[in-house]
Amino acid sequence: MAVVHIPALLLHLTRGDQEPAVTGTTVEELIDQLEIRYPGVKQRLVDGDRLRAGLSVFVDGSIRREGLKCEVSAQSDVHFIPAIAGG
Amino acid sequence: MGSIRAPEKEYKVIGTRPVRHDGEDKVTGRAVYGADVQLPGMLYGKVLRSPYAHARIKSVNTRKAEALEGVKAVVTAADLPDPGDRSANMGELGEVPLKYMSRNVLAADKVLYHGHAVAAVAATSPQIADQALKLIKVDYEVLPPVMDVLQAMRGRPALLHEDLFMDELGKKASQPGNIASHNQFRKGDVAKGFAAADYTLEREYRCATVHQGYIEPQAATAMWNADGQLTLWCTTQGAFTMRGAVHQILGIPLSRLKVIPTEIGGGFGGKIPTYGEAVAALLSRKSRRPVKVVMSRAEVFMATGPTSGSYVKLKMGVTKEGRIVAAEATLVYEAGAYPGSIVGAGGVCMFAPYNIENTTIDMYDVVVNKPKTAAYRAPGAPNSEFATESLIDEFCEMLHVDPLEFRLKNAAREGDLQSHGVPHPKIGFIETVQAARNSEHYRSKLTGSYRGRGVASGYWGNVGLTSSASARVNGDGTVTLREGSVDIGGTRTSIAMQLAEVLGISAYDVIPSVADTDSIGYTEVTGGSRVTFATGWAAYEAAESIKRQMTQHAAEMWKVSPDAVLYEDGRMRVADDDSKQITFKDLARSLYDKGVDVGARVTVTPQGVGGAFATHIADVEVDPETGKVTVLRYTAVQDAGRAIHPSYVEGQMQGGVAQGIGWALNEEYVYNDAGQMLNASFLDYRMPTSLDLPMIETIIVEVPNPGHPFGVRGVGEVPIVPPQAALANAIYRAVGVRLRDLPMSPPRVASALEAKS
Amino acid sequence: MPGKIRVSTIVNGEDKEFLCEPYQTLLEVLRDELKLTGTKEGCSNGNCGACSVILNGLLVNSCLVLAAEAEGGRIETIEGLRAPEGLHPIQQAFLENAALQCGICTPGFIMAAKGLLDKNPSPTEAEIRHWCAGNLCRCTGYDKIVRAILDAEHRMTVQG
Repeated sequence: MAVVHIPALLLHLTRGDQEPAVTGTTVEELIDQLEIRYPGVKQRLVDGDRLRAGLSVFVDGSIRREGLKCEVSAQSDVHFIPAIAGG
Repeated sequence: MGSIRAPEKEYKVIGTRPVRHDGEDKVTGRAVYGADVQLPGMLYGKVLRSPYAHARIKSVNTRKAEALEGVKAVVTAADLPDPGDRSANMGELGEVPLKYMSRNVLAADKVLYHGHAVAAVAATSPQIADQALKLIKVDYEVLPPVMDVLQAMRGRPALLHEDLFMDELGKKASQPGNIASHNQFRKGDVAKGFAAADYTLEREYRCATVHQGYIEPQAATAMWNADGQLTLWCTTQGAFTMRGAVHQILGIPLSRLKVIPTEIGGGFGGKIPTYGEAVAALLSRKSRRPVKVVMSRAEVFMATGPTSGSYVKLKMGVTKEGRIVAAEATLVYEAGAYPGSIVGAGGVCMFAPYNIENTTIDMYDVVVNKPKTAAYRAPGAPNSEFATESLIDEFCEMLHVDPLEFRLKNAAREGDLQSHGVPHPKIGFIETVQAARNSEHYRSKLTGSYRGRGVASGYWGNVGLTSSASARVNGDGTVTLREGSVDIGGTRTSIAMQLAEVLGISAYDVIPSVADTDSIGYTEVTGGSRVTFATGWAAYEAAESIKRQMTQHAAEMWKVSPDAVLYEDGRMRVADDDSKQITFKDLARSLYDKGVDVGARVTVTPQGVGGAFATHIADVEVDPETGKVTVLRYTAVQDAGRAIHPSYVEGQMQGGVAQGIGWALNEEYVYNDAGQMLNASFLDYRMPTSLDLPMIETIIVEVPNPGHPFGVRGVGEVPIVPPQAALANAIYRAVGVRLRDLPMSPPRVASALEAKS
Repeated sequence: MPGKIRVSTIVNGEDKEFLCEPYQTLLEVLRDELKLTGTKEGCSNGNCGACSVILNGLLVNSCLVLAAEAEGGRIETIEGLRAPEGLHPIQQAFLENAALQCGICTPGFIMAAKGLLDKNPSPTEAEIRHWCAGNLCRCTGYDKIVRAILDAEHRMTVQG
């Protein structure tokens, strides 16, 4: 099962569960599964049909521009990080 | 200059130092930069700007300006579509409320900084345009300015935006304020960590607002044709990003807008946002003529984005063996007039060089009455890493440990978790510290009064994102290579070299050029230390495709299977058959004669980005009377993964160091109590000159990035990160005072010395 | 309103005549009237040197010279440096030492280097840094620029 790393500000919604394992084939599906277990998490991560503005998703250490649609495997590690650009 | 080369590969082109392809144009004055564009019938545009830091606009009367002889158009925010609450999709910058971009370009109901654009004029000469500006009457209701991040957060300050509610990952505050957002990284348990520490220190650090300081002001020329097609020539780090911004601000379809990036005179992140482009476009549409808008130097300082000034509080706990066991930080960054500072990057990078089990970082993005901040070379990282690298130095002194040994003891390695929980891929931090320790500079003795040596390290993550390249083989065996990355420092050559390496031809047989938005696939900005990595990758894939096509054609010519054709050093041959061999050039000529086209068009979004580490050594001498700090000697060590063109890697390192030194010792925005900028000129915004710097020694370390075919790591940004702390630490060793407020300008150093004695 | 002033000069060895307003700078006229855009505008108040040209043998910031002041004068700009046979040794040295990144300050630096080497054919590093302190570069940290000027000095000595 993929592991989703819960952002610090949302830990109170997951009752301190920092690295829940969830099933799904895309980031979106993982979040939907998380929402079933810990209601309220989805609306913090998702805005409409995309990731909340200012958030990026890292899957297995790489930033993925496909966002919610990014495919994940059963061993994937998923992080939600502030969007970083460059100068 | 030194290099510690990665041993495995021997390349023919990579690692050499060809003269850059655009070099002759640039040393002869032939290259066309933004302000050099001249079109028939062109008008000159000028912008009227707010004299106040914070005010409501009650009315704008442009009638007298419109009537002036020679004036062909006057525009205000009323000429732009209402942005409402729509989001603008800004590629790598994500989603941004359109009104923040639109109102920054031309203010509507409020001005939020001294220099905020209010109206613009197009006239037949720049002088008439200036006169017209004076005839525009704006009625302001002046409001109290908010100029400091802590002041903006506490008490009952004036609000810049009545509708700004602090966002915490989707949860909004109930009352409006000046804090745009709050986020947090938490790893382990800092309370446990501090309990286990033998020594704990807590300090506060401040950075003043500083500007990228590119020598070329922004320039935009717009030609809005009667058929609705808009062409923009502009100074931009990203033609596609600019196109996206302008299309959304103007509310015109993407297909009607072509952006042609001119040669660019520096950017460092400051030429990613849009400023005068939409204004030039509006003026062109109204006047039905091309319009050029060029910023003056004062406008560049007052109205384009500097980077965030900041307040950072840092607490660290260390064992007596010298292991960092806990670190807790609060980062408060200026966003400027509109939300969106890079405080997140500050948090990500802050502890990246070190393996610290327990860390908590709180990040606040705060609006103040200063220009909307823009990225500046490793944006957000110098502010936070200045704190880390300075505080570590205090522990080194306390424990009597050599600062490089301390860093080695705490160094992060592949697989270690960063502050935000993502593990490090293969990285080269330790190698940079070792190279610094082994350097002639570090081993040399520094003697003399009021002299001291300081070290500091730094990290920047780099980005990947999307790049495009398009290559075609010419009949003479050269390859024309078009790519979408604006060339800010010699990258068209580094990209061409990667293509040349694959094809086994000379770099001089590649003809690279930067394309406009109609002529190349989507390419993200030139920034984030991404071009040699990502656009190089696009060129690499284009070269691989051409190699396959050429191999196929040779196979057909020789009536063998393509698998039987060997491609080596720019020639194709069949093993054990001397009659079957041909050079790239000869095959190209033969195919051209037959009318066969060989080429490739590639768009890539490569993963596998490698982060960059640096360790710097600075020797200074402090004048105890004046507080002036002279940099005697400076060495920058950096992991470049693989240096494609070492001269330009060295150049990036030296340039970043110079900017870091300016940031550390002299640069700052100075405001009066009314929030007006007092030093909007190169005279008083004091950047380093040739007299202020020594030669800057560079040592390139290569720990190849496994995520790139040649091992490339971006190099452009990390060199600006260590100088501030390296100098602060050197000043301490020289005269015994620790400075935690930047810049460490002579008056500040002098008063610190006086306070000490 | 006063009429335009007619000015006669020699620019890069060629006779050039132009009309200008009394308030126009030499920089503006070089770029907008004579279409010699190689000389750059960085600040318009004499603090960056991007507009450096040589006027009557003196290195000047053309943003601080009124166009009318150039009457009867000899002006050398970056466009005039290249000889028919090839690049000037200073230009060649800048290329081979990778002494430019964005290139916007480069014309100004090359003219400043020429101004220096015309007067002092063998300056030291310190003399070069002192002479060039009026030319700002934000990209290079000056290291490779100074090396390029030292290299140019050597090339020009060798050439004789």
